[in-house]
Amino acid sequence: MTTSRPTLLMMPALAWLIGLMVVPCGLVLALAFFQRGIYGGVDYTFTLENFAKVVDPLYAGIFLNSARIAGTATLIAVVIGYAAAYAIASCRRSLQPVLLFFAVLPFWSNYLIRTYAWIVLLNREGLVTQMLRWFGYTGEPPSMLYTEGAVIAGLVYNYLPFVILACYAPLSRLNPELAEASRDLGGSAFTTFRRIILPLTMPGIAAGAVFVFVLSIGNFVTPALLGGGRFQMIGNLVYDQFLTANDWPFGAALAAALIAIMMLLLLVQGYASDRASTRSAPVREDA
Amino acid sequence: MSRPVLEIDQVSKRFGTLTAVDGVSLSIRENEFFALLGPSGCGKTTLLRMLAGFETPTGGRILLDGADVSRVPPNRRPVNLMFQSYALFPHMSVRANIAYGLEMEGRPSAEIRKRVDDMLATTQLGGLAERKPDQLSGGQKQRVALARALIKRPRVLLLDEPLGALDKKLRGDMQIELKRLQHEVGITFIVVTHDQEEALVMADRMAVLRDGRLLQCDTPHAVYEHPADAFVAGFIGVMNFAAGMIAGQGVAVRDGSIIAGALPEGMEQGAAALAAIRPERIVLFPDEETANRTTGRIEALAYHGLDLQLHVRTPLADKPFLVRITADTADRRPLAVGDPVELGWSATDTRIFRN
Repeated sequence: MTTSRPTLLMMPALAWLIGLMVVPCGLVLALAFFQRGIYGGVDYTFTLENFAKVVDPLYAGIFLNSARIAGTATLIAVVIGYAAAYAIASCRRSLQPVLLFFAVLPFWSNYLIRTYAWIVLLNREGLVTQMLRWFGYTGEPPSMLYTEGAVIAGLVYNYLPFVILACYAPLSRLNPELAEASRDLGGSAFTTFRRIILPLTMPGIAAGAVFVFVLSIGNFVTPALLGGGRFQMIGNLVYDQFLTANDWPFGAALAAALIAIMMLLLLVQGYASDRASTRSAPVREDA
Repeated sequence: MSRPVLEIDQVSKRFGTLTAVDGVSLSIRENEFFALLGPSGCGKTTLLRMLAGFETPTGGRILLDGADVSRVPPNRRPVNLMFQSYALFPHMSVRANIAYGLEMEGRPSAEIRKRVDDMLATTQLGGLAERKPDQLSGGQKQRVALARALIKRPRVLLLDEPLGALDKKLRGDMQIELKRLQHEVGITFIVVTHDQEEALVMADRMAVLRDGRLLQCDTPHAVYEHPADAFVAGFIGVMNFAAGMIAGQGVAVRDGSIIAGALPEGMEQGAAALAAIRPERIVLFPDEETANRTTGRIEALAYHGLDLQLHVRTPLADKPFLVRITADTADRRPLAVGDPVELGWSATDTRIFRN
């Protein structure tokens, strides 16, 4: 048998993906079609009951709540991240890599540690309260930790670098003469942004937004630590089903639904950016 | 003489310690095709960007129809710029690109549609209205950029190296096309170029800049025939130079002979000078007595179809002289590399510059 070199080179990555990605996902999906055993475990009898439960208003509500929290975090991250990327792209060329390096620097520390740091900041006698005191605030310490706001802050903080990187790429490639041309033709600074700069950098915004949303909606560490278990997101629910309620088939059905949502979003984004790039693919000058 | 539409009054621009434009004054008339010419780094693009409003002068004033616009932002100036890169909006069709400037003025959509259609016809872009810029050739992009700026009916249209991105053949056609369009729309054009031939062909008047300073401003004919200094003489067209010093009514050159010419005002005897002669002013084997005469040997022959260029080694200068003769002169007397030749030219065709 002859195997071509590209196939051989692809083998390790392929094995990795199949063994650690496709197979586990398949197992999770398969599990979702069985019944829960009476004393936990799995009773291997086929049922669609788990999926029916997923769309039950109680659980569908948690899906919607997760989507709302993830959506809010995405919106805030996109606004802050785009502004930061715009500022970086407007700096002089030699400074830009340095600023980008600082933007992604938090990635060098552990996600859990960074999330715990927010507890230090936000708890009743935390750094924020101390700062307020230092400025003369004497009232009740504000309750910031274990709120939805804390969860959103944690998500925005953790995923902001993705948005900055995704938006920086198209912003730094943008020909500055396009904005000048718009000004020259009578466009105000705001119109120039809305009609020229924003549409041309939309693929970056979309990529960053899908990233933040997908990572946020399935997140369970941040809501568990900063939401104090009071604001359940799907991630927590799945975690609970597997490790507390011992209802693996239902947990699997929830996980499958979550994966389906994420894949759908990534597919749509991929398709959109593909279309954007073929649309702007230059034809040869001599064609 | 028509009144000036644009007056550039002692305009300077300094970036830190670098002076990009140094006290330039120019007056540009209504409906004029004006060229700003100079080598790269001469300040012509900075001057153009100040006229468009993208840079603010650090000294002097820019007057448009008599009003000081030095500090008016680009979107509030009745001046438009055609960018060297064309800067077409890649996400918009040709039609949307051209309509953009009118939308910014808040014109009613019926008027916009009509004026865009007219402009598409004027610039022969009718069939391409729905294309995106990336689906256009270089020449088509250039026409869209021109249409997008012209539709605003600016008082002055600025063009930054408008033909720079086109190939040589297309460039020749577009030079004529630009002249035709300018005549048709009746708008003052200011073209920035580093290509002296382009300026000579298109411009009614031209300004030659170097190191941020204005060297000369006049009609192409006057600049070509009476260059202000040796730099302009060498930059515009081809010029033969012989270095030496002023002696009597001419320049004493390398071999001790004197090239006769009109001395400029205030040149004292013995001063370092350059004698300059255009290649087409040199006569090969002159029949009659000419003020200047020399012998030489043909080093190279270059055939250009209409004419023939000879590189003739003479005792007058280090570099060989370029001589241009017409094809029928060459037919009457066949020439070959190595042949000895006699050259002659008049004193009035000799320019003398300070060196």
